[in-house]
Amino acid sequence: MKNHVWRPLFVVIGLVALILLARAFYVPADFGTHERGYMYSYNRTGNIEEWKAFEAKYRGSQYCQGCHEDKTSALSAAQHAIIPCENCHGAAFGHPDDPEKLTVDRSRNLCLRCHAALVTPGSGRIQLPGIDAQNHNPGIECSDCHNPHHPNLAEMQG
Amino acid sequence: MKRRDFLRHSLVFVSGASVSLAALEFVSVGELLAARPEARWGFLVDTYRCVGCGFCVKACKIENDIPLEANVTRTWVERYLILKDGRVLADSPKGALHGFTDQRVDRAAEGFEEVSNQEIASAFFVPKLCNQCDNPPCVQVCPVGATYQTADGVVLVDHKWCIGCGYCIMGCPYGVRFFHPVEHVADKCTFCYHRISQGLDTACAQACPFGARRVGNLRDPDDPIARILLTQRVGVLKDEFGTKPQVFYLGLSKEVR
Repeated sequence: MKNHVWRPLFVVIGLVALILLARAFYVPADFGTHERGYMYSYNRTGNIEEWKAFEAKYRGSQYCQGCHEDKTSALSAAQHAIIPCENCHGAAFGHPDDPEKLTVDRSRNLCLRCHAALVTPGSGRIQLPGIDAQNHNPGIECSDCHNPHHPNLAEMQG
Repeated sequence: MKRRDFLRHSLVFVSGASVSLAALEFVSVGELLAARPEARWGFLVDTYRCVGCGFCVKACKIENDIPLEANVTRTWVERYLILKDGRVLADSPKGALHGFTDQRVDRAAEGFEEVSNQEIASAFFVPKLCNQCDNPPCVQVCPVGATYQTADGVVLVDHKWCIGCGYCIMGCPYGVRFFHPVEHVADKCTFCYHRISQGLDTACAQACPFGARRVGNLRDPDDPIARILLTQRVGVLKDEFGTKPQVFYLGLSKEVR
């Protein structure tokens, strides 16, 4: 065949080879089509392990109990025992090493999450004691009077 | 080639080709393995128990490194107010990161709307998260293979592979996907894949004081979630889209979209 046909053909073949070579280096070996076919599992399988290795920040109340048994057992009788420790005390991360101390959220807004009176017939909210946040001792923290671990009115703090 | 040979060869070729295709379909090892993995994760939301405290949203954001004050979240809680005149109001200020502390309804650009107690026929809270659909439309539209479904039914995003085109964010009928403000890729709820694959609860389920959110293995007939799904009346969101959501709701009503 004549030269004017072969020359561009070589260029095209060279380009295709180059692209395939670059692709072989760039695309990881675990990238491809997996169990659920091209539509739902065309991916890099190594990413599943990457997600599994993601660091957990919340350790659960069981973890707190390991060292603070006195606190958790005292709380287990109170109405607030259903609230996990970390909801108010903050996520444990690597406590007690890192961070050494957790920052407790003592804000009025934290209590109002459940105890702001809302008219919500049809949800569990109406069974919780609620206050009118505008008129119930505005400006002071709830924990000034109420003990968050023993919130019933009989055990109000002085 | 003789006519007889030609006919014979073609017959052998055609029957051979069709048999091999059918055989491949029949004993596809991948399909057999995918049919029986150890787990198939599902989620149960009990809207009767939800009080709208938003501890789940806060826990999710901290657990998954989503900037707290950024206006994106992997999970959120919606409040529905159904009024006696038939109107339906819904809001979710900051995705309920700080819970619901105000009786007024957040109407975005129109400001806050006062609703008198006498007008309310019913009001309730509905937590939302990724439905981990069995037929995920977000996965179908990804042009680079950055989002996929694992064998145990969770849809994940490969943050290293995502090019941030946003097709999946548009493709999700539930609006659960968003653009991660720090990583600059698409992001969504992973059912806390790092936690459930270690046998822990998801961060939101662990943070919920009332047990309104629970995660379970649908392949295990003794799993408490699987038992509820088998024996009680549960609903899914936007069933008509055919996405087969794996997040099930107790107490879903027609006003919830």
